[in-house]
Amino acid sequence: MSPSLDVLRPGPRTSLQDLGRTGWRAMGLPVSGAMDRIGLRLANALVGNPQNEGCLELTLSGPLLRIETDSVRIAIAGPARLTLTTARGEQRTLSPDRSWRLGRGDLLEIGPIIGSAVAYLAVEGGFAIDPVLGSLSTHLGAGLGPLGGRALGPGLLPLRRAEAGSGPDLTLTRPLPYGDGPIRVIPGPQAEAFTEASLATLLSSCYRVGMRSDRMGMRLEGPKLVHRAGADIVSDGIVAGCLQVSGDGGPILLLADHQTTGGYAKIATAISADLPRLGRAAPGDRLFFQAVTVEQAEAARRDQERALLTGLNALAPVAEVGRIDLSALYRAELISGVVTGDDEPVARPEAGAI
Amino acid sequence: MHPPRITSLGDTAFNIEYGDDLSLEVGVRVTALNAAVLCARDQGELTGLVETVPTFRSLQIVYDPLVTSRAVLEAALLALDAQIARSSSPPSRRWRLPVCYRGEFAPDLTAVATATGLSCDAVIARHCAPDYTVRMLGFLPGFAYLTGLDPALRLPRRSDPRTRVPAGSVAIADTLAAVYPSDSPGGWHLLGRCPLPLFDPSATPPVLLSAGDRVRFEPVEPDCFAALAAVRPSPEPDQTA
Repeated sequence: MSPSLDVLRPGPRTSLQDLGRTGWRAMGLPVSGAMDRIGLRLANALVGNPQNEGCLELTLSGPLLRIETDSVRIAIAGPARLTLTTARGEQRTLSPDRSWRLGRGDLLEIGPIIGSAVAYLAVEGGFAIDPVLGSLSTHLGAGLGPLGGRALGPGLLPLRRAEAGSGPDLTLTRPLPYGDGPIRVIPGPQAEAFTEASLATLLSSCYRVGMRSDRMGMRLEGPKLVHRAGADIVSDGIVAGCLQVSGDGGPILLLADHQTTGGYAKIATAISADLPRLGRAAPGDRLFFQAVTVEQAEAARRDQERALLTGLNALAPVAEVGRIDLSALYRAELISGVVTGDDEPVARPEAGAI
Repeated sequence: MHPPRITSLGDTAFNIEYGDDLSLEVGVRVTALNAAVLCARDQGELTGLVETVPTFRSLQIVYDPLVTSRAVLEAALLALDAQIARSSSPPSRRWRLPVCYRGEFAPDLTAVATATGLSCDAVIARHCAPDYTVRMLGFLPGFAYLTGLDPALRLPRRSDPRTRVPAGSVAIADTLAAVYPSDSPGGWHLLGRCPLPLFDPSATPPVLLSAGDRVRFEPVEPDCFAALAAVRPSPEPDQTA
């Protein structure tokens, strides 16, 4: 059998994504791509992949996978609970935000994702799946992308590499620049279609991420926004981050799978540096908004990119301080059949590991 | 048409907007600016431009703020706009799209005839008479919004949208005409079916129509439908407007 991951249980809304299918918007093709681009780039960096390699985007909870190759290096970026059951039947908890080398027959169960709407699973070398129109991103609504444009189902996911590389596993050593505080927005493109009080309301109120949220957009629950003369405009272009307001006055923050054009007025647009944070926001999360200028937004994005590259360049080999790395010994076949009681040999990055 | 007005779409895009309505004059200007922008990009200018999206009344410019800035691109775009204001409009491609207006392919033909006070044949004749212009693609991959519809066929959208409109459905709503490129929900009135694929991700290019193209509909009988569905269409040889 060719090297693959056997998807025993796909997880509720797992899809293949990369950094998006750009260049086709004029034809009406949505961009799609990772809801949290920082998370996808981290997952790829942890296994030594190019930044735009396709990853599994996991939502709410992840899949149950069996390794069907001699060895594979895998990383999950994002706060997911990971349980490994080795081919020998030993069970242990793995930490996310670092890479792990798994062997044939190992079962990886990715449980609930707590503290983010999404997490990303990358495999070293990537999946052996052909891109569609230059991208491995999936748009579920349009059925566009690899795997027939559908969510991950049970079955084999082919891998490009049959064996993990010889280098060490890597771990995150510092927090990545998601930012905090209010979501920064630039008023427009149709701020003037709303009453003056509406923009002030948006910038001074607390909104909650609604339950009816998906990859196309999140409904925001909070004070209504009022149009001067109706919600309809002559349809025009959209980007991720647009705050579109339909006739009922409730804002919808458009995300990765947004349609390329739309006919509702857009009061403001979240800046690109805050999109990864929005992509991680889950129903019930509270959001505040703050207006900034285009120049401030561009500077924020450049600062974020610099900090992100610094963080990704600072990924460090996993050091097993004061402990024996039993999994490494297994791999080296120096011992066999020993049950380990150790859960997490490496501290979580926020605890200042390494 | 008004002088170009810039509106913001965050820090990754902006619009150059020429009007607030569907007038053809505005559309011609949008198409001309788009052609000029793509030409400049192909000559290595406009570094950091990611893509453009022509719409009814504006051109959306998408850029990478890590490579360029709004200020730089905005100045370059306004300079291009000043140039095209003095030049003639670019040629447009012309398409003849076959449409079967019969039976199961035309579920709303009778209702449209009733609502407009026309006979079914008159609806068909008025639908295939105009020279339509593709103004924008959006809503779905390959969904082209066409202006030029005969005012006698102007109707509001259906009050009960369908949960599934079949791919190829030729539809009208308000002042617009379109062909659904894939199965989708939809609230437009369905007058016929076009057998040609308007969106095929495995084709090059994946989408048949682009903004600025001209389209005419040509009635065909149901027995040609299957044969036409196998044809890969190409625009008419004469590509000048």
